[in-house]
Amino acid sequence: MLESSLKVAPLSPAVQRRRTFRRPGLFTVLLGAGCGVLFLLVLAPLYSLLSKAVENRDGEFVGLANFTHYLQMGGIESAFFNSLWVSALSMVIVVSLAFMAAWAITRTRLPWTGWIRGALVLPILAPSLLPGISLVYLFGNQGILNSWMMGADIYGPIGIVMGSCFWTFPHALMILLTAMENADGRHYEAATALKASGWRTFWTVTVPGARYGLVSAAFVVFTLVITDFGVPKVIGGQFDVLATDIYKQVIGQQHFEMGAVVSILLLLPALLAFAADRIVQRKQSASLSARSAPYKPPHNPGRDWLGAAMLTPTLVFIVAIIGMAIYASLVTFWPYNLNLSFSNYRFDLMDGGGWGAYTNSLLMALGTMVLGTALVFFNAWLMERTPQSKTMAGFFQFFALLPLAVPGLVLGLAYIFFFNHPDNPLNGLYGTLLILILCTVTHFYAVSHLTAVTALKQLDKEFEAVGESLKASRWRVLFTVTLPLCLPAILDVALYLFVNAMTTVSAVVFLYGPHTQLASVAVMSMDEAGDIAPAAAMAVMIMLTCAGAKLLQGALRAWLDRATRAWRRGA
Amino acid sequence: MTLLKSLRHSLALGLCALAVTAHAETELTVYTAVEAEDLQKYAQRFNEDHPDIKINWVRDSTGVVTARLLAEKNNPHADVIWGLAGTSLLLLKGEGMLQPYAPKGLDKLSPKFRDKDATPSWVGMDAWMAAICVNTIESDKLGLPMPTSWQDLTKPVYRDHVVMPNPNSSGTGFLDVSAWLQMMGENAGWQYMDDLHQNIARYTHSGSKPCKMAAAGETPIGVSFAFRGARLKQKGAPLEVVFPKEGLGWEVEATAIVKGTKKMDAAKTLVDWSISHKAMEMYNEGYAIVGMPGVAQPIEYFPANADELIIDNDFGWAASHRDAILAEWQRRYDGKSEAAE
Repeated sequence: MLESSLKVAPLSPAVQRRRTFRRPGLFTVLLGAGCGVLFLLVLAPLYSLLSKAVENRDGEFVGLANFTHYLQMGGIESAFFNSLWVSALSMVIVVSLAFMAAWAITRTRLPWTGWIRGALVLPILAPSLLPGISLVYLFGNQGILNSWMMGADIYGPIGIVMGSCFWTFPHALMILLTAMENADGRHYEAATALKASGWRTFWTVTVPGARYGLVSAAFVVFTLVITDFGVPKVIGGQFDVLATDIYKQVIGQQHFEMGAVVSILLLLPALLAFAADRIVQRKQSASLSARSAPYKPPHNPGRDWLGAAMLTPTLVFIVAIIGMAIYASLVTFWPYNLNLSFSNYRFDLMDGGGWGAYTNSLLMALGTMVLGTALVFFNAWLMERTPQSKTMAGFFQFFALLPLAVPGLVLGLAYIFFFNHPDNPLNGLYGTLLILILCTVTHFYAVSHLTAVTALKQLDKEFEAVGESLKASRWRVLFTVTLPLCLPAILDVALYLFVNAMTTVSAVVFLYGPHTQLASVAVMSMDEAGDIAPAAAMAVMIMLTCAGAKLLQGALRAWLDRATRAWRRGA
Repeated sequence: MTLLKSLRHSLALGLCALAVTAHAETELTVYTAVEAEDLQKYAQRFNEDHPDIKINWVRDSTGVVTARLLAEKNNPHADVIWGLAGTSLLLLKGEGMLQPYAPKGLDKLSPKFRDKDATPSWVGMDAWMAAICVNTIESDKLGLPMPTSWQDLTKPVYRDHVVMPNPNSSGTGFLDVSAWLQMMGENAGWQYMDDLHQNIARYTHSGSKPCKMAAAGETPIGVSFAFRGARLKQKGAPLEVVFPKEGLGWEVEATAIVKGTKKMDAAKTLVDWSISHKAMEMYNEGYAIVGMPGVAQPIEYFPANADELIIDNDFGWAASHRDAILAEWQRRYDGKSEAAE
């Protein structure tokens, strides 16, 4: 199918434009529906909470009084600037490391890249408690590497940056890998023909090709770090950031209106990042055109060694953290009784819902994966590959990225206010597994959406045009060309949603009911009770489940790769 | 396909939970902040007397449960709250979310352990009190003397060796601050906290964290609460649980019926049982002070004279001054502390 279409001469731009504007009706309606769904899942709940920012406790309108009160409380400047510099620093570190890793995986001939990829995504397979425990066991006062800290304290900005880098790395890597995987070999051939040095090729071909991915990854990491309260809460000590301020206001003092104020302040940097993202995105063009030849890195041992050197520190850091966490789950009582046993894995004796919670988590994760992947991909396809007005696409992009800027805690509370309202016809959903699924899909929508869009952008628009000239409808092109070409990215999105649903805590902690306890929440309550080893054990169980999912996904990808290799090469 | 089935299943489950009359057995949704390890025991003991009422727990930390209850105000899902801090219940009462009810045996409760109204909105179970967790191994390594009073903690020898909860995030932290202000008076109380601040290594967001950190040797001294200290010691942590001699802040853990519950009879049965003699004996397994005078037996790792050590806590004063105290605390110690370092 593709083979024959590849040989069809591209249509002239004029023809293309005419075809694009011919039948917009159905697709506009569909994307409108997509906007509607996201409006229900994101904007409406958010409004129900954030509107409290201009109300007093009794629900009366007070204008900006809460904002001035918050600014006068003092300490806010430090929280705001702390948040900014910690997020910016984490962003620079993570994006550099993830870019180096993605380069080493896609542009060298290193062996075992499947396994390396697997190891590099380990951080999102584990509940966020694990790095917290590991960092303390490694660098805390009793930590085995405490001397490396040279007297500095892990409880503070250092801990926050380390913890944040750890858990956001896979998010950035996923976007960058998607951006760099489908490289056009012709550009590299041209560079070689022009006798450009490796360095020059890197800056003129590799980096520009990955530009959209780089900006998206930076935007994602920055926003994830600035909205996360899990890491600062566990390891930040008294280092104030905006996200822990929300925690203090809402959980510590039940001041919803002040929590809403801080949430809105938190949206500002995220909106700036969003705007920057939009500007760069406008300039991105497809890197995999219908005439592309896949890039095959030539033989070059020096470059391969460089790649290995760039990967090693990241790999070591990740493996050390995970290894320490597994060790923590086997230890009897750290650091005074280091006997190892599996007794911490007897969850039926533990509190927090035991194996029942584990089953619920599994169901919730599967639901999130199926529903989320379908929703994300279909909407992304509508936005990218069907004729849509700029306004509509812009609106949709905004809705899709907005959840990223919302801390889970805020999202969870917003869902209570919106979905539990007696006047909401959907309030029957509250307390069910389905609301947990919807909330989780929403919570992780943005990165999934960016991955899907990145993958779709790399396909030349000519695919659809060619399809039309062959009298194949957009639907047919979707199922016979677009979907198969995007399958790796689809599998990535599915895995991403599955593992995040397994590990998420911050939003669902407000939404689970008596019959829908979750394993990730159980981990938190065991840790709260001081049962660190059993908490680590349950966390390791979650991680193993996610690793199993990752292996399955890896196997599928490998099979897919083999089955479509000839096809992709256009041979 | 299976997924669709499970989705439908979960939806059905949710609907079942809403439909009341379908079962002969009544199911109660009970929100709680009781330590997770005790929940099974609480439900089992209750079911020994009332096998026809099934308890479905929703448990989380005090702050999360309180926030959740407040957020659900327009359409509550809990039937009963069993085991939440008195301060939180006071807040919920102020929002009109609690159903006043005088349970059987109310007259046997100590007056401190009930809402002051004639028909109380909440009734107390036990007292949850402050304590200092001291890691003996780390203290020996550093040559620290064992503290016996709050005043001891301000001595220069403990500089950077004390961890305490931030009262803006944690009820335990507020309980300490409010107790110091009540015991020492406003001026001396803030002066004490200024001195203590010099020795604080860090403030945490959770009340149990300082004790957990002491148990793991991350800090020699953690200001926390007695229950956590005793449990960690049972699990083998090298801890000494110290009860400062000046007096201890405390907070009542209590039970209440949520207004609008469709299962009022079962809810009343549960609240009646929650202040029964049998229930008090059960609370006494983990807490030295319970709501019914004369029931409590001394328990391991708690002082025998626990009820003499707790201060005469004025909950009304604490509640009405809470915002002002927290704002002052934040002005003095939060954020600024970071810049000073």
